This record gives sequence, structure tokens and C-alpha cells, in this order.
Amino acid sequence: MTARLLAIAGAIAALLLLAALPAFMREYSVALATKMLIFALFAMSLDLLLGYTGLASLGHAAYFGVAAYTVALLVVRAGVSSGLAFPAALAAAAVTGAVFAPLALRARGSYFLMITFALAQVVWSVAFGWRTLTNGDDGMPNVVRPNFGFSLDNTAAFYYFTLAVVAVATLLLVGIVTSPFGRALRGIRESESRMQALGFNVWRYQYVAFVLSATFAGIAGALYAYYNRFVGPEYLYVIQSAEALIMVILGGAGTLIGPAVGAGLIVFLEDFISSMTEHWVLVLGVIYVLVTLFAPRGLSGLVNDLRRLRSAK
Amino acid sequence: MTALVVEDVSKNFGGVAALSNISLGIEPGERRVLLGPNGAGKTTLFHSISGNVVPSAGRIILFGADITRLRPDRRARLGLARTFQITNLFPRLTVLDSVLLALDGASGRGMQLLSLTANDRDRDGQARALLDRWGLAEAAPRIVRTLSYGEQRQLEIALALAGRPRLLLLDEPTAGLSPAETRRVVTMVHALPRDMTILMIEHDMDVAFELADRIAVMHQGRLIAEGDQAAIRANGQVTDIYLGAD
Repeated sequence: MTARLLAIAGAIAALLLLAALPAFMREYSVALATKMLIFALFAMSLDLLLGYTGLASLGHAAYFGVAAYTVALLVVRAGVSSGLAFPAALAAAAVTGAVFAPLALRARGSYFLMITFALAQVVWSVAFGWRTLTNGDDGMPNVVRPNFGFSLDNTAAFYYFTLAVVAVATLLLVGIVTSPFGRALRGIRESESRMQALGFNVWRYQYVAFVLSATFAGIAGALYAYYNRFVGPEYLYVIQSAEALIMVILGGAGTLIGPAVGAGLIVFLEDFISSMTEHWVLVLGVIYVLVTLFAPRGLSGLVNDLRRLRSAK
Repeated sequence: MTALVVEDVSKNFGGVAALSNISLGIEPGERRVLLGPNGAGKTTLFHSISGNVVPSAGRIILFGADITRLRPDRRARLGLARTFQITNLFPRLTVLDSVLLALDGASGRGMQLLSLTANDRDRDGQARALLDRWGLAEAAPRIVRTLSYGEQRQLEIALALAGRPRLLLLDEPTAGLSPAETRRVVTMVHALPRDMTILMIEHDMDVAFELADRIAVMHQGRLIAEGDQAAIRANGQVTDIYLGAD
């Protein structure tokens, strides 16, 4: 019980701290913090599959990108209001997940990884190749931000909007992973055959987890389209998927806080290192190698180990 | 109605016949032990009954329902539970969570996407009562991986029982246990409701003869003998291949 109270207190403190950020940060940093929040949600959505269900997807950019492109296409091509495009984007991500899941769930382990990767590349090649619709690799500019009676063009305003959306999504994710359904997902991660013997239709749980995960990735993708006021095929590219995987692994799969922190760190490092060298992806690779070698359970695993060491003394 | 009917079941893996025309009938409430040397096909037969293996031929009927081609989880929902020969638990979950999963599996409550606290408390009580009965009350908050081998075997059985199965399959429940732990498992199985039908694979002769109403002996994928304790002891073929004649 005290652990739960502590967690709630921690969450409220974190939220207050995040809400206070724009008051003492430069505009550039506020924008960067916005990006961190978006990718924190993206990483948490992937972790629902990777860390909780035990399915490693290398194609999560598909759902992120489909949502972003849905926003852009509706706003730029169809003239739909930007706010209305948001739920449509989530629906598009969910439907993409619902269609791709049965294909990917035929396999497990690295084969699952390869299928999710291939499916995402299909979506990427459509976005890249269908120039008349998507402008190909030029991408689509002029994705206006929604206006709910107040403008989100201001950096701080958009930060608060993002914070609110990400906070609600995180709350839902916490609800999911602590529910009987979330426990079932962890059970499936640990032993599919045992879960089947206990009466669980494992495939159905994995399917629902897949679609939920895609939908939450879609929220992040739609936010990112607003954030940049632009979408491009790189949103759907394998680098985007791999980056999300590294965020989760760096932070620690199987927790929500881990991937969120991992995402924040990667976004920060990318920004920081890109200002010095163009070889960011190289650095990302080195980070990945170091984490798998020295902290295979990520930062949250590392923190747990340290805590255990200290209490053992 | 017969609890379990295995009708002329065969299973081939490539060219190897793991099971050849096995037929068995088990009455409700019966305790049946399956004996046989390694490689006799006992576990393959178990897998066929629980749905982890689909037989090449034959039928399996559980309380009148043909389950030959049902998925394992559908069979579980029909009242079939099993343990595994090689411990198959949730290594990184707590003991309590494992039992809660077993309860959710039986009730189909696992699809509940957001938690309801009040309901959870009922569940917790149920789970703790079950653990208490199986001498694992103290272990509730522990991570399964940190349990001793004996405790893990006990948890295997506790999980299988959580859904109050009508037919329980125990695959070598005492394998690798100390004499004291074996005693404990035997006592636990004795204490199960008499209307629960049990089919178990057991290598320990004393345990087999103590628990079984009837015994079936398998050898090289075939059923070679069936009967009560006296009949099995008197069967020359069984003595030759299994009971240790050189």
C-alpha cells in the first residue's frame, strides 16, 4: 500500500515539475521537452508489446507514421480540421495494427521481429513512392496544429497540450498494465504454454495488446505531426522503429517509467550530439552495445540492482 | 459418463511412432497412474490429451465432448488441468500473481482491461486461501524463480487446481523431490476431492501403487497392460520391461 502511495506521490510530483518547466526554460528547451514527451509515449507504447507481452517489434514506426500521415493527409489534402484529424489518426493506427497483427503473430521471436519490420517497410515504401499523394521524400509541410478555442502555435501552449495528452495516455497505460489483462500479458511473456493450459486464449491477448500498442503509438505519431507541422517518410523508416526499441531497452523493458526515461535521454542525446557531429546514428549504435553489455535490463534494472546492493549492506 | 476416453490414438513424429493405437477409459473420480520406461510415449499421450500435440489418428473424448482438435485453452475451460514434467511456471512473476492468473484463466476474467479494486480483494483472498492449503502461504510475495525446486513443483500443482478441474493430469509430480517433499505431494493428492478424476505419470513405484486405483503400463508407444495393483505386479511382461528385471 505504501509503495502505491509513493508511486502516486511520485507521479504527481513529476507532473507538477513537468508543468513548471516552461516557466524557467528557454523556448528551445521547451520544444525539446515536448519532443521528449512524445517519444516517451511512443516508447511506452512499444513496451506494452516488448516488455509486457514479450513480443519484440521492429516495425513500430508503422503505427506512429500512419497516424502522422493520416493527420497530414486529412489536414493538407482534405482540408479537415486539425482537431478532428486526431481521432481519425488514432483509428488509422488501430486499424493498421489490427490488420498487421494476425500476420505478425504467426511467428515468434526474431521471426516476429522480421515480419513487423517488413510490414513497416511496406508502409514506408508507399509513403515514399506515392508522390502524388504524399510528396514522397519531400514530405508534407503545413500541417497546422489543432485549435480548441485557443491557439497551440505558441511553444509553451503546445507543450501543455502534449503534456495533457501524454499524461492521460500514461494513466491509461498504467491502468492496463496493472489490470488482470496486464497480468495476463506478463504471464504470456513468461510462458505461453502454461497460460494456454490455464485456459487463456493466448493469441487473442497478444492481438489485443498489439492493437492497443499500435493505437498508443498512433497518439504519439499524431502529436509528432503537429509538433513538426510536417510529416515525412522518415517517420515510418526502420531507424525510427529501431530508435524506439533502443529507448525501451535503454530504459528497461517491462516497466513504463524505464522506456519514458530512455526516450527522454535518447531525444536529449540526439539533440546534443547532432549539434556537434552528423554521425548521431553511430553514437546510438554504441549506446545500444554498451547497454546490452553492461545493463541488459536497462536503467531501471540498474537502479534496482543498486538498491538491492545498498539494502544488502 | 466416462471422464476421459482415449480412442485408438496414434501419433507419429516423422517416421517415428510415438503412440500406436492407444485406447484408455477413465471413470469419474478414478485415480489412474501411467507407468512406463523413458520414451514409452507417456508425455506424448499427456500432450495429446491436453492439446499440446494433435494426434495423427484417433479421438479423445472428455466427459462426452470430442476434444481431439480443440486448442489447449478450450480444453482447460472444459475442466481439464495439467502440470508439466519440466517445471513450467512464470519465473519473473510473484507466486501470488501466478495464482491470480490461474484463477483468471478459469473464470475468463483476464480480458478485464482496467482494474477494479474491490473485486481484486476477493481474488486475493481466494488466491491466498489456495496457497495456504498448499503450504505456500509464506511464499505469496516471492518471485517464482527464487523458490526452491520442491516449492516450484508444489506451485505447479496449486496452479492446476486453482480452476477446480474435473480432470487433472499430473506429469511426474514427484520427480526430483526429496523423500519428505514426495510425502507432502502424496498427502496433498490424497486430500483432493474424491470426485476429481486424476491421471498421473509417476516413476516412483511406491507413490504409484499408493495413489492409483488402476494402473496402465506403456512401452514403446503401446499400451501393454492395464489393471489394479495386483494385476500389474503379477504381469510378467511388465515385470520384465519395467519393474527392473535385468
